[in-house]
Amino acid sequence: MGKYIELTNENFEATTSEGVALVDFWAPWCGPCRMIAPVIEELAADFDGKAAICKVNTDEQQELASKFAVRSIPTILLMKDGEVVETMVGAASKAAFAEKLNALL
Amino acid sequence: MLDFAIIGGGPAGLTAGLYATRGGLKNVTMFEKGLPGGQITQSSEIENYPGQLEIVTGLELMDKWPEQCKRFGLKHDMNEVLQVTKQNDIFTLTLASNEKVEAKSVLISTGSVPKSANIKGEAEFFGKGVSTCATCDGFFYKGKDVAVIGGGDTAVEEAIFLANICKTVYIIHRRDSFRASPHEVSKMDSYSNIVQVLQHNTNEIIGDNSGVTGLRVEDKKTNEIKTLDVLGVFIFVGRDVLNAPLKQDDGSFLCDMNEAGEVIVNLNMNTSTKGLFAAGDIRIDAPKQVVCAASDGAIAGIAAISYLQ
Repeated sequence: MGKYIELTNENFEATTSEGVALVDFWAPWCGPCRMIAPVIEELAADFDGKAAICKVNTDEQQELASKFAVRSIPTILLMKDGEVVETMVGAASKAAFAEKLNALL
Repeated sequence: MLDFAIIGGGPAGLTAGLYATRGGLKNVTMFEKGLPGGQITQSSEIENYPGQLEIVTGLELMDKWPEQCKRFGLKHDMNEVLQVTKQNDIFTLTLASNEKVEAKSVLISTGSVPKSANIKGEAEFFGKGVSTCATCDGFFYKGKDVAVIGGGDTAVEEAIFLANICKTVYIIHRRDSFRASPHEVSKMDSYSNIVQVLQHNTNEIIGDNSGVTGLRVEDKKTNEIKTLDVLGVFIFVGRDVLNAPLKQDDGSFLCDMNEAGEVIVNLNMNTSTKGLFAAGDIRIDAPKQVVCAASDGAIAGIAAISYLQ
């Protein structure tokens, strides 16, 4: 069963350079971030083998957050072959994320 | 077919689910698009929930609610409800996944969303400096200068929260005094790094590719325009209730609302439409407190059982 990938400065590029990826920038103290946590888990299961569903803990990965100019969380990046295609800010429904992912696949 | 469909998983929806299932209803589903908990999960501290001795964060307060409320059979569907319609005695819920679900009774407990301040640049820089959640985003402005727009309890409380993280917090309000409770205002007065900017309008949020760089404000008395050099602008100017699921295709609503779009209910949380209930911040005269939302939810759950008998 697919699980989300925890991204760090070290593995970010390798994980997202090819194919479709969803990257959720979050932090443990952020209510809306915790709200979408179960959604990210379900997406990881649903898109297992098709897209990389990833999370970045901005509390621990401040350099990554800075690199992508993240100033609001949750910020969800939709990426294809290493490029950011779309940026979503704030909690959204599973259907909304799935629609964007399917459009990229 | 569901006995009772609950739309929204904050304290009102959770409590309604608890009471409805423990009271004997078998097919009860709460539609909440993510982790249940509601608006309070954005609060950094809550000290007035009765029975809660220690001051905790909103997330901590709500942490055990889903487990307890689901103990008697309440199901949680992580789907968003786009619309509720009614034909004869049956309600149909259209979900974001395009599925349709039927229910004999429905509770709308979707709460509210932050209002826009309608400032130029607000939409453009949303997420890049403009925020409506201090607990989420304050961290990114550690040691920096930010602005808070608003004059009520939330604006003042969040200004205080940010003052503990940021270098300077400007709080801008168009009136000549804050509407917040005297207790909170006097707490704010004790912070030397909160600059109170009263009787000013907010004209424009400015920035560049990296995000927000400033906020233009106008003195209402002299018409003088100043630019505050801030990297973050936090907007707390009230909230709009989330009544979209009740909107029908012809533009009308499924039940009677007041001018603010709040759902009209009686003391049993009945709306003007039989079998449809409303609880929490979405209903008229809501005090907008967690304990009140929970109470509404319990009343609605009991009323739904009675309705279905």
